[in-house]
Amino acid sequence: MKFNALLVAAGLAVAPLLANAQLTVEITGAGANRLPVAIAEFTGERIVAQALTSVVRADLERSGLFRLVDAGAPLADNVSPPFEDLKTRGVDAVAGGSVSTAGEGRYETRIRLTDVPKQAALGTPAYLHTGAQLRATAHRISDYVYEKLTGEPGVFSTRIAYVVKSTGRYELKIADADGSNDQAALASREPIISPAWSPDGAKLAYVSFEAKKPVVYVHDLASGRRHVAANFKGSNSAPAWSPDGKRLAVVLTKDGSSQLYVVNVDGSGVTRIASSAGIDTEPRWSADGQYIYFTSDRGGSPQIYRIAASGGNAERISFEGSYNVTPRPSPDGKSLAFITRNGGRFQLALMDLATKQVQILTDSTKDESPSFAPNGRMILYATEIGGRGVLAAVSADGRVKQKLSVQAADVREPAWGPLVR
Amino acid sequence: MRALISLSALTLLLAACGSQPPAPEQNPAGVESRTPSGVKVETPQVKEVKPDAAFDPNSIAALKDPRSPLSKRSVYFDYDSYVVKDEFQGLLGAHGKLLAANPKLKMLIQGNADERGSREYNLALGQKRADAVRKALTLLGAREDQLEAVSLGEEKPACSDSTEDCWARNRRGDMLYSGEF
Repeated sequence: MKFNALLVAAGLAVAPLLANAQLTVEITGAGANRLPVAIAEFTGERIVAQALTSVVRADLERSGLFRLVDAGAPLADNVSPPFEDLKTRGVDAVAGGSVSTAGEGRYETRIRLTDVPKQAALGTPAYLHTGAQLRATAHRISDYVYEKLTGEPGVFSTRIAYVVKSTGRYELKIADADGSNDQAALASREPIISPAWSPDGAKLAYVSFEAKKPVVYVHDLASGRRHVAANFKGSNSAPAWSPDGKRLAVVLTKDGSSQLYVVNVDGSGVTRIASSAGIDTEPRWSADGQYIYFTSDRGGSPQIYRIAASGGNAERISFEGSYNVTPRPSPDGKSLAFITRNGGRFQLALMDLATKQVQILTDSTKDESPSFAPNGRMILYATEIGGRGVLAAVSADGRVKQKLSVQAADVREPAWGPLVR
Repeated sequence: MRALISLSALTLLLAACGSQPPAPEQNPAGVESRTPSGVKVETPQVKEVKPDAAFDPNSIAALKDPRSPLSKRSVYFDYDSYVVKDEFQGLLGAHGKLLAANPKLKMLIQGNADERGSREYNLALGQKRADAVRKALTLLGAREDQLEAVSLGEEKPACSDSTEDCWARNRRGDMLYSGEF
């Protein structure tokens, strides 16, 4: 028998080969009422090679909730902003700051966020960081500004996972939410699907076909080590983490067709949690751990159901149409993203779980694999543009839209990572 | 041209591959995917089957003999369906008999789906198709422990155009014998 080389690396060993494969984010739609903000150049910012404030501006712009206004001049954190000038420019909030050296190759960045109409400081956080942590610091500043101005947590410091398929090669990649710093966690000649982040962001569960059949792995991102979480006779797929990170819901076919089971993360303690004569798949826990949502054809066509995580009868959730799949409950538990077939087109939809009202969020034709941002604001999903796999993101109200693509390769299977505190 | 394989060479392979596919952690290297039409078995003892050799429908050599139904390895399905159509009963009957006559022979059945819709749902659909082939083979003489039904979902299409012809070719179950997977 001939074996392929399978590359499992902790990222850095692989990343230099893939420098041109970065995900680029393009804004294709913005919110209706964007808050006008100015991020002034920070004093001393030029001592660091890479501009801090340009990353902050790009973050805020990409969110679709802000309109970036030119501040006119650099602004420090320890001086009063030029309120009259900023009012003339129509600015509602302004951030100024300073970057200074702090010894041992480190920097201190201090910022002041100010409400312009009220002429009141909203906060003055400080960050100690190395030159290598410049982008990470910028994302933390963006998170701070975003949370102060919108009241909800920012997700600029989170990471996303996705699969890039080029000729004869599949890579499971991890990148910052803005597409930068991409690293390959795994490269294989066989398909990789269904990556799912552990709630602490340290591990990814996924399905790899390297054994000529689907097997579920759990991969520790820091060490690059992984273990088999489910490899039974037949197919093993669709891993989903319990909110406490101790268990995985998986789909196994060891007892017949695709059915739902729960296993401990180490693969022990296999327990069947639902039973049907047909297909049950795509399990996903609600954030509160109360329910497991899944897709089943038990009623004749693929529809979305849920069962109590403690067991019991399945309750049908989707009713309109003959193909509703891939349920993803929102972080607040109030809505459900899923894929619906709508006149032959597969589109991302959002259901209000209280009223069961469904809104279709896209006008594309091959949407798949939705994944909520951890603050629930955006939904990342895979789609196809011009015959090529790309990622896209849309806000839960359908207004803000982004496209994330890689040159000359298919991108698919996105999973938005958790908030890291 | 399709590689041909002798009985003695396949017997060696059977001895080597007589157990379940090894767990990936013991054997982390993936084997290159081989669709039945492109099967190549690397062995020092490959022999051509002589065109005038006696034809035995239950011999393993018949797997590579284009005159034998055993040389066909794929069962095709309708959209969103996992029912084995009547036209494939003869093919499955031939493979069922071969498995019954050669109890050491093992088979991996890979179910496939077309690209439309959810990857995981398509994986489940491919599994249903592989299971339908597995069940048909057991009814026709194969033993359960000779067979493993798995799914490749929409991940390994035989054809990658978004056309009805192409989708039809991708909705299939493939039968791979020991040494071919």
